[in-house]
Amino acid sequence: MERLTTRAKQVSNKEMTLMERIYLPAILHGMGVTLKHFFMKKASVRYPEVQRPFSPVYRGVHVLKRDEEGRERCTACGLCAVACPAEAITMVAEERKKGEEHLYREEKYAAVYEINQLRCIFCGLCEEACPKEAIFLTDKITPVEEDRASFIYGKDKLVEPLDKRVDVSKRQSWRLNQA
Amino acid sequence: MAKVTIDGHTVEVPDGTTILNAARLVGGETVPPAMCYYSSLKGSGGKCRTCLVEVSKGSEKDPRPMPKLVASCSTPVMDGMEVKNKTSPRVLDARKGVVEFLLINHPLDCPICDQAGECHLQDLAFEHGKSATRYEFKRREFEKIDIGPYIQLHMTRCILCYRCVYTADQLTNGRVHGVMKRGDAAEISTFIEKAIDNDFSGNVIDVCPVGALTDRTFRFKSRVWYTKPMDAHRDCDKCCGKAVLWMVGNEVYRVTARKDQFGEVKEFICNTCRFDKKEASDWTIEGPRMIDRHSVISANKYFEPEPEHTPLLNKA
Repeated sequence: MERLTTRAKQVSNKEMTLMERIYLPAILHGMGVTLKHFFMKKASVRYPEVQRPFSPVYRGVHVLKRDEEGRERCTACGLCAVACPAEAITMVAEERKKGEEHLYREEKYAAVYEINQLRCIFCGLCEEACPKEAIFLTDKITPVEEDRASFIYGKDKLVEPLDKRVDVSKRQSWRLNQA
Repeated sequence: MAKVTIDGHTVEVPDGTTILNAARLVGGETVPPAMCYYSSLKGSGGKCRTCLVEVSKGSEKDPRPMPKLVASCSTPVMDGMEVKNKTSPRVLDARKGVVEFLLINHPLDCPICDQAGECHLQDLAFEHGKSATRYEFKRREFEKIDIGPYIQLHMTRCILCYRCVYTADQLTNGRVHGVMKRGDAAEISTFIEKAIDNDFSGNVIDVCPVGALTDRTFRFKSRVWYTKPMDAHRDCDKCCGKAVLWMVGNEVYRVTARKDQFGEVKEFICNTCRFDKKEASDWTIEGPRMIDRHSVISANKYFEPEPEHTPLLNKA
């Protein structure tokens, strides 16, 4: 029969020699291997003091962007939800009233916008489907929570705060270069 | 009877049938798209020019080809006529131009528009149009007008197909509106508000090929593709009572008339059925409506709709 591997070793039951029986040479050899690793380049980094660089298009937690004037870009068109293969996105639309023009960019906006981070597979199709450049994935990793309900992110967690804007220009320029 | 060949398919139709209706007998790819022609409205057609076809042979007696493309919705067939629709590059090129013209003043607000997903202009542009526009000037803008408590008019989205005018003219008595002004300034007149007392005024929503006339009771409630269309009927003393319920779970979000494969309503429904009967218990639900698998309306619905749901909804 054809062999499946070239590294197979024949197992034998033969009596060990004296050198093998005192085990010392084998132990010393093993310690040598350990010692050698002290001087080798480490495979890990000391997280969180040191962090690995993210790819400019890393797909982490979503953000709902505002425009230059601080108005929400999302118009609740529902294309992200229909594109979502995991069905993680739900929304309820509402009509913008008079006097709310500084809050919402379009005449319709998402009153409720929820992403279930446990369902989300971070494929980025929502970002691709969005006609208003409202939803983007960021380089943020989903934080740990203690119950399942906290993983359903509402607008309070998704919409970028006015004083702490999220920079997605890198993703956008990467996209443009790809196109 | 006249024998006519459209895209290589020969059909025999009665004299006086238009090329478009003959093509509809063939069906499939052969049917030219139509934005203004509506089979159940007398006098409609001939305005949008999307149904242009090439007549490569006039008739048996006079086999010369017609020099220009003709509007298939208003050109009657002749015996021995040969028509090219999809097979003619001239037609496809002209249609691209027509789409560009229709989109000149049409706003790009599909993400907001309630018609998105069942919009004929969207389908037409997707199939025949270019993704870019050459128009650099300001598009015309209008304030949106509430026509009564049920209908909203977005004049910005209107492509002036006149279908609603014919509907109001032929379904209601005493029309008091029409298209006012001319050319670039033409608009559906606000006098349409006066036609609103009529029981069949809601049908202007269904005949509108774009989102210019929309249902105020459904405004921004949901998107078309999240709702599930169900065939239903009820005993109505004013109309046929046959409608489509657009449901989410057991809730009726919207009621429309039944559209055929060409997106045309054959049996109009009254305003009571359309706007006031929004409970599942008001209706006898027949079962899920068949929707084209490639339509966005059937997107993300992984399960075959099961007729077993029907008795559950019939509890009242």
